[in-house]
Amino acid sequence: MAGACPCHSIFLIAERYETLVIQKKNPIDLLFSVITAGASFMVILLVIGIFAILLKESSLSIGKFGFIKFIVTNEWNPVTELFGAAASIYGTMVTTAIALIIAIPIAIGIAVFVTEIATDFLKGPIGAAIELLAAIPSIIYGMWGLFTVAPIMTKYIEPALQKSLGLVPLIGMLFQGTPMGIDLLTASVILSIMIIPFTASISRDAFNLTPAVVKESAYAVGATQWEVVRDVVLPYSKMGVFGGIVLSLGRALGETMAVAFVLGNNHQITSSLFSAAATITVTLANEFTEADKDIYLSSLFHLALVLFMMSFIVLAAAKFLLFKAERKINR
Amino acid sequence: MNIERRRKAENIIALFLSSLAAFSGISWLVFILGDVLIHGIGALKLSLFISDPVPPGVEGGGLRNAFAGQMLITLFATLIGVPFGVLGGTFLAEYARGTRVAAVVSILSDIMVSVPSIVIGTFIYAVLVKPLGHFSGWAGATALAVIMIPVVLRTTEDMLSLVPWTLREAAFALGAPYYKVIIQVVYRAAATGIFTGILLAVARVAGETAPLLFTSFNNAYFSLNMNGPISSLTATIFQYAMGPYDDWHAQAWAASFVITATVLLITIVGRILISWRLK
Repeated sequence: MAGACPCHSIFLIAERYETLVIQKKNPIDLLFSVITAGASFMVILLVIGIFAILLKESSLSIGKFGFIKFIVTNEWNPVTELFGAAASIYGTMVTTAIALIIAIPIAIGIAVFVTEIATDFLKGPIGAAIELLAAIPSIIYGMWGLFTVAPIMTKYIEPALQKSLGLVPLIGMLFQGTPMGIDLLTASVILSIMIIPFTASISRDAFNLTPAVVKESAYAVGATQWEVVRDVVLPYSKMGVFGGIVLSLGRALGETMAVAFVLGNNHQITSSLFSAAATITVTLANEFTEADKDIYLSSLFHLALVLFMMSFIVLAAAKFLLFKAERKINR
Repeated sequence: MNIERRRKAENIIALFLSSLAAFSGISWLVFILGDVLIHGIGALKLSLFISDPVPPGVEGGGLRNAFAGQMLITLFATLIGVPFGVLGGTFLAEYARGTRVAAVVSILSDIMVSVPSIVIGTFIYAVLVKPLGHFSGWAGATALAVIMIPVVLRTTEDMLSLVPWTLREAAFALGAPYYKVIIQVVYRAAATGIFTGILLAVARVAGETAPLLFTSFNNAYFSLNMNGPISSLTATIFQYAMGPYDDWHAQAWAASFVITATVLLITIVGRILISWRLK
């Protein structure tokens, strides 16, 4: 990476000087540099544009309900034209949290397997399988979830959970009601399968940054493979792994099609994971084209704005963590 | 002795669990692909590609409109998104290399890659659908292009950065201006990489549904008019899978199969190209 040696910055200054000299000489070159600059500023323009447009479109809703009050109000009624996002935000947070709880151990397990255990013969196929899992469009996960996972959840997994964990006081609260398959738990499971590849591949990259010498010296004093992972690799790469987890969190927040099929779009806050719910994305997907009144549409834009800000902050944090992790290794 | 035995046992358990995790990852892939294959192949008929949908509840019909619409939207998204992405990436890797501006754009692009695609759908709705008063294929294509730009931009930047600086110096030494060096030397050296980036970006947007729901919307009839609502495979899958008819479900599976096979094929070709390039 950049900054690895002090000579690099000198090199950069030399490069830039060279560029300037050439630009002055040639008008076509100036034109080309302006065109390419314009194309890359498009990204900045898009970020600002999305924020500004969403803010403008939701101004009606912000004016009527208030930005903060909208977030904490649990009311979604197109008939009385009263809107609050609490139920949708709750659904987004619950599905994301459960998906992460399921996905993190599996993803780290995969990363450990691929970097430390697998022979070269197995590394390729498993790595490829994980990459392919990440490439499958989210609507396919949704279809699969609706027609395959939901029935399995209804028939086997949810009744089993109800009979075991459902009887434990306090935790049992999460598993009340008739298992229908179209609920928070099913959506979370599908979401977790979707984010496993992201978390796994970033964790793998973070693990790979551990210098081989450090690992070898641990082996030399008699550490077992697990001890090397636990006491050498994980401490060394924890920032990178954490960054990967935060990135997956950002992805899970905004996932639409994988959960839209199996969540039921029900604006209620319930303690049971066996009840239909709504996330911000599901609400948008289901209701955006049906919004017939200005305040309704404006409230939906308000939801989109909240989602955009949430995921932007989370993704920026992830980027920052991954950047710091990389710098720490390079130092 | 006791401690050693415990350490060994711990080791075996930990290794077993992580192997289990790895194989569960593979089994999910097999499970999903197998499911799509089994349901999709059965419903795959020639009529799917050459006939249009029939009224709901009536047997038969196909998704010719959705295939045509999907291709049209993806094609125009690529035509709009790729130039911005490639040129923008060129600026970051060449003219602005090492500057703060490049770092900011690069980080923003990384964030934009993961920003929820449905938010981009709402943005395009506000910009291109609401003012014009109707859904349009152009809006859909633009939404997908917005998703594509940061992806292509970042891969282009990375691929151009891989081209050794000495190669440019060699060209400078011959008196070539920078733009000529970029177009005739750097682009050529990085062509495979840039092409792969474009391929992967196409694969990414070809399976996008959320940004199309309220931009290109859907259309039950065959239409190539980019100015009006246009059908896409993914939006049709959503509509058909949520619908009550078995025939619709079968067609949704078939469409899912086609789209999965296409996306995975493009992705695999891209991966092979990139590993071949980096070798």
